Amino acid sequence: MAQMTMIQAITDALRTELKNDENVLVFGEDVGVNGGVFRATEGLQKEFGEDRVFDTPLAESGIGGLAVGLSLQGFRPVPEIQFFGFVFEVMDSIAGQLARMRFRTGGAFNAPVTIRSPFGGGVHTPEMHADSLELLMTSTPGIKVVIPSTPYDAKGLLISAIRDNDPVIFLEHMKLYRSFRGEVPEEEYTIPLGKADVKREGKDLTIIAYGAMVHESLKAAEELEKEGHSVEVIDLRTVQPLDIETIIASVEKTNRAMVVQEAQKQAGIAANIVAEITERAILSLEAPVLRVTAPDTVFPFSQAETVWLPNSKDIVNTAKKVLTF
Amino acid sequence: MAANNPAQLDPMKTLHEIEEKFEMFQILNEDGEIVNEQANPNLSDEELVELMSRMVYTRILDQRSISLNRQGRLGFYAPTAGQEASQLASQFALEKEDFILPGYRDVPQIVWHGLPLWQAFLFSRGHFMGNQIPEGVNVFPPQIIIGAQFIQAAGVALGMQKRGKKSIAISYTGDGGSSQGDFYEGINFAGAFRVPAVFIVQNNQFAISTPRELQTAAKTIAQKGIAAGIPSVLVDGMDPLAVYAATKDARERAIKGDGPSLIETVCYRYGPHTMAGDDPTRYRTSETDSEWEKKDPIVRFRKYLETKGIWNEEKEAEVIEKAKEEIKEAVKKADAAPKQKVTDLINIMYEENPYNLDEQLAYYTEKESK
Repeated sequence: MAQMTMIQAITDALRTELKNDENVLVFGEDVGVNGGVFRATEGLQKEFGEDRVFDTPLAESGIGGLAVGLSLQGFRPVPEIQFFGFVFEVMDSIAGQLARMRFRTGGAFNAPVTIRSPFGGGVHTPEMHADSLELLMTSTPGIKVVIPSTPYDAKGLLISAIRDNDPVIFLEHMKLYRSFRGEVPEEEYTIPLGKADVKREGKDLTIIAYGAMVHESLKAAEELEKEGHSVEVIDLRTVQPLDIETIIASVEKTNRAMVVQEAQKQAGIAANIVAEITERAILSLEAPVLRVTAPDTVFPFSQAETVWLPNSKDIVNTAKKVLTF
Repeated sequence: MAANNPAQLDPMKTLHEIEEKFEMFQILNEDGEIVNEQANPNLSDEELVELMSRMVYTRILDQRSISLNRQGRLGFYAPTAGQEASQLASQFALEKEDFILPGYRDVPQIVWHGLPLWQAFLFSRGHFMGNQIPEGVNVFPPQIIIGAQFIQAAGVALGMQKRGKKSIAISYTGDGGSSQGDFYEGINFAGAFRVPAVFIVQNNQFAISTPRELQTAAKTIAQKGIAAGIPSVLVDGMDPLAVYAATKDARERAIKGDGPSLIETVCYRYGPHTMAGDDPTRYRTSETDSEWEKKDPIVRFRKYLETKGIWNEEKEAEVIEKAKEEIKEAVKKADAAPKQKVTDLINIMYEENPYNLDEQLAYYTEKESK
């Protein structure tokens, strides 16, 4: 099996679907000749031509509107928003239009659009590049939100996202792009959307995480193991819709849970999970479900981001509170 | 009405006629010769020397910034070489009370407008003190969202108009920025309210890798101003005298109450888009690079000033020396800034902290004490 970085796995998934379906179109700022600012679309324009893989003028709202229009013509657009911090410019196309396409036409139209976009802290970007804004998406009924944490998951999830007949926001954590390689089959495969993955099994505590925080959680689990605690780590992979079955089954087994997110505490993916657990499994709980999050400031100027971002130590500290409650 | 009613629809002709009207305004050609005496702004020798000094200084600042970035001593940096005439000659036409809304490549203009250089370095390093604009310096921090500053400039200018100020708002974006909705909204609002604003599009030919011809079917970016009903000019952006004259003219019109203007300065960025991994060899040729280098704003201005006998190697060496010295001092001062803490950032969120930030302040005070 090939060893790939996450960015290579993403390119591979795009290539797979460009080959499989002539309706797939890849477009955005600098995705053509330049292969994307992170090289996610490297070589794709050369391989599939300017008709299928093309640069757009610089306008995020334009890219979003183009995706809406192309889907009305039966295409399966896979646009890139260069950095997810720019999403505010395209919010109407996403939340106002794409998310409502099936609903407001009673199913006469649908929007099989997958918007890919890099986000995430730890790589010292300027302002408005690294923010975790997934809550803006998950709080919008009508769209699915996928955040992979490994190269293997990235390829399988992206192929599923592109084949999905509803709009999917596919968020790629910049720190995970090249930080490690993993085994990725060269042939095509899919990972179902809405299905979490138990990245580590345990029986004393469930940590629910996604994106880069999966890795911090796994590190924390190893630390806790040394002190005799058996920790289960669930990687959500899809943050909307949630895999509630996997979460509840795990909580019913461990009786203790916590949620880790890179986003601010008030940007409540974690809050929603806590609510779901209390509504469905309160009698299984032996401790409150705690959260590890970033503080409620704007994503920091880069000099402070290392401290601002939650890390495995923060997770261990909170885990001990849950374990000893 | 009937007399002017065209016998046949010919919108292609109308478009063609409008596009043909936009000719490149130039005063100083590539060889440093005045080719448009009538439009010469007739700057004094002192002013010419000052503008040249700023351009030379800023070229050195660009070179030093690139090398500091490579050493890890600066963070985010968008190179400016090639754009000195567009940036500095336009700023040179301003008064201190005019307000600049820059894009992220437009740090030189705000520095020459009064932002201390050490703060510009802190901005680059990702430190909030870089954006703490000192009282009396009329600039906004560099905008990250492409084009957002254009609508804000309309707002600043409307505010000036309401307050009866004799000043203008000026904003800068690039050829890529002219594709954003914010660009159109900005020039349209400014026109609708007839506010004292000047909009400059520095057309440096590439938005990261995307060439100008992929941005728009319009022959020029300048002509976009026509749709907003505002006067617009196409200017040789490598010619400091043309950029100065066009900005001065637009400023005077704005001050008189005749509303906003759009200026397209045709120029080139020699370096990469930013220092964060952009490789221009992927999207442009060295032939194109060297064609533009022949038009260099500093080279032609040097020739002009030398012919006038007001500039020489010695003078230039002095400016370079001064620049290097001041840059070194500014880096030192930036180094001396207190390390940025998350607790600092918590305290600049609101006037008063809500409960959650109070709790988080305690948590991060402890986290940062370790």
